[in-house]
Parts: sequence; C-alpha cells; structure tokens
Amino acid sequence: MVDPEIRVVTIADLGILRAVEEDPVTGRVVVTITPTYTGCPAMDVIRADIRRALAAAGHPDAEVRTVHSPAWSTDWITDAGRAKLAAAGTAPPAPVRRDGVVPLTLSVRCPRCGSPETEQLSRFGSTACKALWRCRACSEPFDQVKTL
Amino acid sequence: MSGPFAFTLALGDDALIAAQRLAEWTTRAPEMEEDIALANIALDQLGSARLLLTYAGELEGAGRDEDALAFLRDDREFRNCLLVELPNGDFAVTMAKLLALSAYQLPLYTALAGCADERLAAIGGKARKESAYHLDHAALWVKRLGDGTEESHRRMQAGIDQVWPYVHELFAAQPEAPVDPATLRGEFDATVAAVLAEATLAAPQSGWTPAGGRDGVHTEHLSYLLAEMQVLHRAHPGARW
Repeated sequence: MVDPEIRVVTIADLGILRAVEEDPVTGRVVVTITPTYTGCPAMDVIRADIRRALAAAGHPDAEVRTVHSPAWSTDWITDAGRAKLAAAGTAPPAPVRRDGVVPLTLSVRCPRCGSPETEQLSRFGSTACKALWRCRACSEPFDQVKTL
Repeated sequence: MSGPFAFTLALGDDALIAAQRLAEWTTRAPEMEEDIALANIALDQLGSARLLLTYAGELEGAGRDEDALAFLRDDREFRNCLLVELPNGDFAVTMAKLLALSAYQLPLYTALAGCADERLAAIGGKARKESAYHLDHAALWVKRLGDGTEESHRRMQAGIDQVWPYVHELFAAQPEAPVDPATLRGEFDATVAAVLAEATLAAPQSGWTPAGGRDGVHTEHLSYLLAEMQVLHRAHPGARW
C-alpha cells in the first residue's frame, strides 16, 4: 500500500507499518502503524486505506492500531524505500547520529544529477517530513526527507 | 496545579494554543518559505496537543475526548502558560516566543521520554525530535535578525525584552509532577544565553514575572483566540468534514 502523500513508496518502505498480526482467538487482523510526525495529516487516510485494502482481501473487521513508541526515525526507511525516493527525485535522509552531537547536514546529493553542490531553500517543505533543496549544478529544485 | 491530569492538560494546552497562534501566520509570513515553516511547526504543536489532550481526557475519566477539551472549555478552564497566548506581534516577537517555547519544550519532552508514565514517555520521545527542529529554526532567525541590520537588531532585542517576563511561569516548581519544570531551568538558560550571545543581543533583565496561566487566570488575549478557534465546533456541535 503506497503512502498517500509520497506515492512512490509503500508504508512498509517508510517504516510506518510496524506489524501485521492475526489474533489467534478471533482471527481478526490487527495492523500496527506509527506516524512520522505527531501532526501528520495523512494518518487518517492511511488508516482508511489499510481498512479498505484488508476489507477487499477478505478481512472487513480488521483493526488498525496507532502507536507512538518507539518514535519513528528516518533510519527505518528501507534501502528499497531510499532507492525509490531517489528515483522519484526526492533525496533520502542521512543516517541519524546517535552520539549526542548536534546533527549537521554537510551535503545532500542532488537526486537528479548526483552533484553534492546543493543548497537548502527551505527548512520545511510540502509535507511535515520534507525540506526543500536546490541543485547548483543542474539548477533543479528537489525535496529531501529530513533526517529524524 | 497537581496530579497527572492537570499536568498533562497544561502541556496539551500549551501546544494547542501555540499551534493556533502560529497558524495565524499562514499566508502572512514575510516570505513563502517562512509561511510553510510556521504552518509546519503549528502542525507539530497540534499533533502533540492531540496526543496530550486525548491522554488528559483518559486520566480525568469523565468521558471528555480531545475535541471536548479543546473546543468546549472556557478561558478560565485552560491551563496553558501566558507565553503562548500572547499576540504574535511582529516576526521578531514571534521568533522570541518560539525560541522560549522550544527551549522549554525540548528539555521537558526529553525528560518526559524517560519518566515512569508510559504514555507520557511515548509522547515525549516523539515530540522532542520535533522540538529540536523548532529550536534550531527559532535560533537561526534570532541570530540572523540580532546580528543583522541596525533595524533588525533593534526589533529582535525588543521582541526578546517583550516576551521575557513570561518565561518565568514555565518553570514554577511542581515537585509531584512526572517532570518538575523547575529542574529544566538550567538547560533553558544555557540554551538561550548561547543563542543571544551569538545574536549579539543583550540578556534580558529579570523583573516583572507575570503568571496565572496554570491556574486559569489568563490575559485578555486568550478569550479572543478561543472565540475564533471554537466558534465552528460550538455553532455546529459534532460537525464532521
């Protein structure tokens, strides 16, 4: 199932989908998801899409649970997800530093031409999880998934 | 103020009122990138507010959900700090408010992430990452404006001076709370002092310390904010998109 706002990756690619289980007693499917950002407005659509997909697959009584711990991290985006983001012109996030040092984004490579000569246009972007950049080599503006 | 319900309600109200105020900038910010930035920060605050108010409603056990708490209380029932209800002022005042709020929320949420209450710990663990980005954003602007032109410096200093009396309320001691806000003051002061120094701004002098938000005694600004925020829900109870 694709993410409703970044339609080139699935919710599994993004690490939003945490678990899919079947209740051994009732046989009910329980899907566990977690939001990228607390205020992510796509969550209602994601819940509805999951219910619709499971109903179509013969599980009309599926339950969707939302959890907040452990908190979502961009490190949960799969390698396949990163490749799909880059192919669609969105720069994937850098790995999260765990050593307590303030993260400093040294360079984001242009997903179009691969140049490291890029600049940040806006610290916030079209969705809660993205920032806006521009490539100085090929002049193309592009989204970057913010490291979180 | 005491007990987990009052504590959680106050944090939820801080985030909710901050979200509403920040959203007022939408379509009015100095540049489009900043319009998007302030709307995104407002959205993060709203996200935290929804989680905190939902949990506060469960702690209270009186059947109130996030909507009942957000839309069906009057000003005297709100427990937010005065800082977040103050008018936006000019952009420098807004950045001074955001610097103070995020420099308080970051250590608060970080401490909550390690507290014994599992729900508050989960919310803190998530919200602290967003607060860190808000703090970074506010600090960048305070430095840029403070260490900018003569006019931007004058207005940034005025913004800091105007907002500062209201930060003291944030750190009133609550020894029984899951996190005692008094324990956060040192980190807050260090964070802000470093930003102000780099911004070539003078540290504000301590003096007047208005308070009362945590007891429901607010400035006149909150009622007007609530009127706008609540009118639709009150005019059309239970309305859905």
